[in-house]
Amino acid sequence: MPSITKPIAAHPSLQRNQLGLTIRDYEGTMSTLCAGCGHDSITAAIVRALWELSTPPHMLVKMSGIGCSSKTTAYFVNGAHGFNSAHGRMPPIATGANAANGKLLYVGVSGDGDSLSIGLGHLCHAIRRNVRMAYVIENNGVYGLTKGQFSASADVGSKSKRGEDNRMAPIDPVMLGLSIGATFLARSFSGDKEQLVPILKAALAHRGFALVDVISPCVTFNDHNGSTKSYVYTRKHSVRATEADFVPPAKEIVAEIGGGTTVTMHDGSVVRFQSVPKDYDPTDREAVMSCLQEHQRRNEIVTGLLYLNESVPNVHEMNSTPDLPLVDIPFEALCPGSAALDALQEEYR
Amino acid sequence: MQPRRHQRVNDFAFKLANVNGTGSASANGLLMQAIFRMGIPVSGKNLFPSNIQGLPTWYEIRVNKDGNTARALEYDLMVMMNGQTYARDISEVRSGGYVLYDSSWPLDDDLSRDDVVFLGVPLARMCNETFGDARERILMKNIAYAGALVAILNIDMSIVEQLLDERFASKKALRQSNTRALLLGYEYAKEHFDCPLAFHLERMDANGEKILIDGNTAMALGCVYAGATVAAWYPITPATSVMDAFKEFCERYRKDPTTGKNNYLILQAEDEIAAIGMVIGAMWNGARAFTSTAGPGISLMNELLGLAYYAEIPVVIVDVQRVGPSTGMPTRTQQADILECAYASHGDTKHVLLFPSNPAECFEFAPVAFDLAERFQTPVIVLSDLDIGMNDWVVPRLRWNEDYSPDRGHVLRAEELESIQKFQRYLAENGTEVAARTFAGVHPKGAYFTRGSGHNKFGAYTESPNEYQEVVDRLLLKHGAAAKHVPAPIIERRTGARFGIITVGGCDLAVREALDLLQERGTPASYMRIRGFPFVESVSKFIDEHEYCYVIEQSRDAQLRTLILNETSAPKNKLRSILSYGGFPLSASHVLDGIVSTKEVPVAVHY
Repeated sequence: MPSITKPIAAHPSLQRNQLGLTIRDYEGTMSTLCAGCGHDSITAAIVRALWELSTPPHMLVKMSGIGCSSKTTAYFVNGAHGFNSAHGRMPPIATGANAANGKLLYVGVSGDGDSLSIGLGHLCHAIRRNVRMAYVIENNGVYGLTKGQFSASADVGSKSKRGEDNRMAPIDPVMLGLSIGATFLARSFSGDKEQLVPILKAALAHRGFALVDVISPCVTFNDHNGSTKSYVYTRKHSVRATEADFVPPAKEIVAEIGGGTTVTMHDGSVVRFQSVPKDYDPTDREAVMSCLQEHQRRNEIVTGLLYLNESVPNVHEMNSTPDLPLVDIPFEALCPGSAALDALQEEYR
Repeated sequence: MQPRRHQRVNDFAFKLANVNGTGSASANGLLMQAIFRMGIPVSGKNLFPSNIQGLPTWYEIRVNKDGNTARALEYDLMVMMNGQTYARDISEVRSGGYVLYDSSWPLDDDLSRDDVVFLGVPLARMCNETFGDARERILMKNIAYAGALVAILNIDMSIVEQLLDERFASKKALRQSNTRALLLGYEYAKEHFDCPLAFHLERMDANGEKILIDGNTAMALGCVYAGATVAAWYPITPATSVMDAFKEFCERYRKDPTTGKNNYLILQAEDEIAAIGMVIGAMWNGARAFTSTAGPGISLMNELLGLAYYAEIPVVIVDVQRVGPSTGMPTRTQQADILECAYASHGDTKHVLLFPSNPAECFEFAPVAFDLAERFQTPVIVLSDLDIGMNDWVVPRLRWNEDYSPDRGHVLRAEELESIQKFQRYLAENGTEVAARTFAGVHPKGAYFTRGSGHNKFGAYTESPNEYQEVVDRLLLKHGAAAKHVPAPIIERRTGARFGIITVGGCDLAVREALDLLQERGTPASYMRIRGFPFVESVSKFIDEHEYCYVIEQSRDAQLRTLILNETSAPKNKLRSILSYGGFPLSASHVLDGIVSTKEVPVAVHY
């Protein structure tokens, strides 16, 4: 995600991962987003997570729709296959790609307009199918490229830059996911890379559809007083529910965070995060639901890996496809041949 | 034999008027299949409502020893099983024809006609006396009228028995009930009527190398043979049975023999937008994938068809056309998606279209569609219709060429990628129209970024006019290059023909029959059936060769004619329309009437 042009040569002291690659090998083209955009921080977290996981770049597929967030798939892992598709339509395209080849690693990057308005239906059904992919919503409550309209995640009472109040209830992707059988739900904050990187690593390791909702302030259109998706508001109202190293299937993931962290943000403000509640059980759907509702009542944003269920089969498992990706099955095994056709046609006599 | 009337063997039509949801389809299919097995050319047209139970539905069967099995408009016999439609049904019987009705209740006097013979069979009464269960009584009425028809039309009873054996091989009780019902009708007819009627059936040997199949089944089979592994769809009439059949064939042919795993994945999408999205994703990743839909689905797919066209991703769509616009008449047939499909999506877009005319061509065109989609890296839409897709057709046995291997187009594999300096996705070299593509996960050098936004020939984002135009100009050349590879038009020139007749798809049989009738009247006409778009040169040539041409098709706005005018240099005044778009399959008399009453303005045929 370089937001400045960097020299092509990497410094020899740069750390290398298991593949011998440096973090620079996981970068993409230069970001064209506004300076300070939360999305760039998320891109940096994705880069870090993939590098730490030693993902072979060409085994990664980057999927996105349309919007500021969706542009960011160009800003990480140049060596991966990318598909910046159409507004809201990334989930089905990713589903089809995954159906064809379930052995690749899929990262979807979307925004709140892309995922919660035009593509809401598609998101819901990708969740239901449990398509194996890490799906990141870069959630800023606002349409950036079209200059500042409210999105469906804008909170009631949230003020637009022009001073209008939003009166409609927001769609919360995590609450939505809980109600339709999501198997991995996380929320984080673009300003909290320490929390976000392990969550992303866990999401990439998940068996099915991993939804990561990342509050990502829009510095141009939604970072003012009265916005509930600003840096200041998010820092003040974030509540950590879990530590990300909780994830069972990804033991290699090392948590780099602890409860009650104090973070100094780039505007100089300091936010103290609450400690993780001891009795929070991210595998108990009902408990998670009531915990989230309780915090919502207090206008608090709960962050962390909030819900996890590894027992639900993904789309391939549900359909009993072979280990060999469908794209690799030779034609001879797919075409029944002329003898079978002759035999079959006896039934059409 | 009845000496009193002129005998007419294997050349008549009859119609069955039923209530939908009462099990009549099974009895009608039995009759159709029995006639087929008697070796007689036959067609069955199911004219059904968009409803589950209770509304009128009709089934028309035409037999013709010469193979003219397009829809007939006159019926020698009407089987009336629906009180709601008695008046209308009686009015459709030709003078001198017959009406078979359920005489358990008397017919109203005002329904009587002096010029037709009424054959009353107390179907309900007999079934009520024979069967105890209420549902069975209703179901078996159908088999009972089939039994009466076996007698009066001289259908081979041993064939019917054989068919029942096959159908109910594992259901003994049902087999017995069917036999009893069949005999109820058969014996009653034998006893009360002069059997057979003057028009009746006699065994022939016209179907030795033929099968009886619907287009949706054949299309699905073609997709299995073409190697499709991913299918995505949203339920819609009349395309649903494509995916039903695909699933059935996959369960049969695509289970890995050792592991029992499924070498396919069918995704029932949340809507048609998602369905086409899934196909795009799967084909982008290297699988052969398709979706089946109807006009409303194509409308929804417009957006992503533009993406596939511009980002050069192969896509195969089967459009089983029905009557539009809007919901229209979902269970009726039309050819009114032609323009929508040809130019689907915003911006400058053009797609490759294939037009099968019957189930055999559905099977044949399925692998062609995949080959063209991959070769030209673009959407290919196969335009079938409800008549082809959902009705049973007698067609030549399907053949499979064992030498077939899929044309995957220009795809760089790992070894090729290893040896090249740098992969550029949209750089078509050496004057070719198609650039190489790669699949994810094959080789690090194959990675690229696909986008529906403006891109230059290297695949990089652009807003530069020149760079943009360079790419879309190549896309236009690419589309044009497909003309030589779509199925060529079927052209039959007749000696002395002044004018030509151009048609498409399922109009084929009706138009051919009309051509013969015209010839008999001393007016020979040449024939061209379009089978693909973009149009190959022979299409223009055919028009050039004739003083004028009729374009016969099933849409109000003469969409094929418009496409021809738009895409060739044919002058407007040379192409005259004969249109039939009310939703029922075309009949030869539509064509003939249209030509005989020819005017310079388009002639709409009403029926």
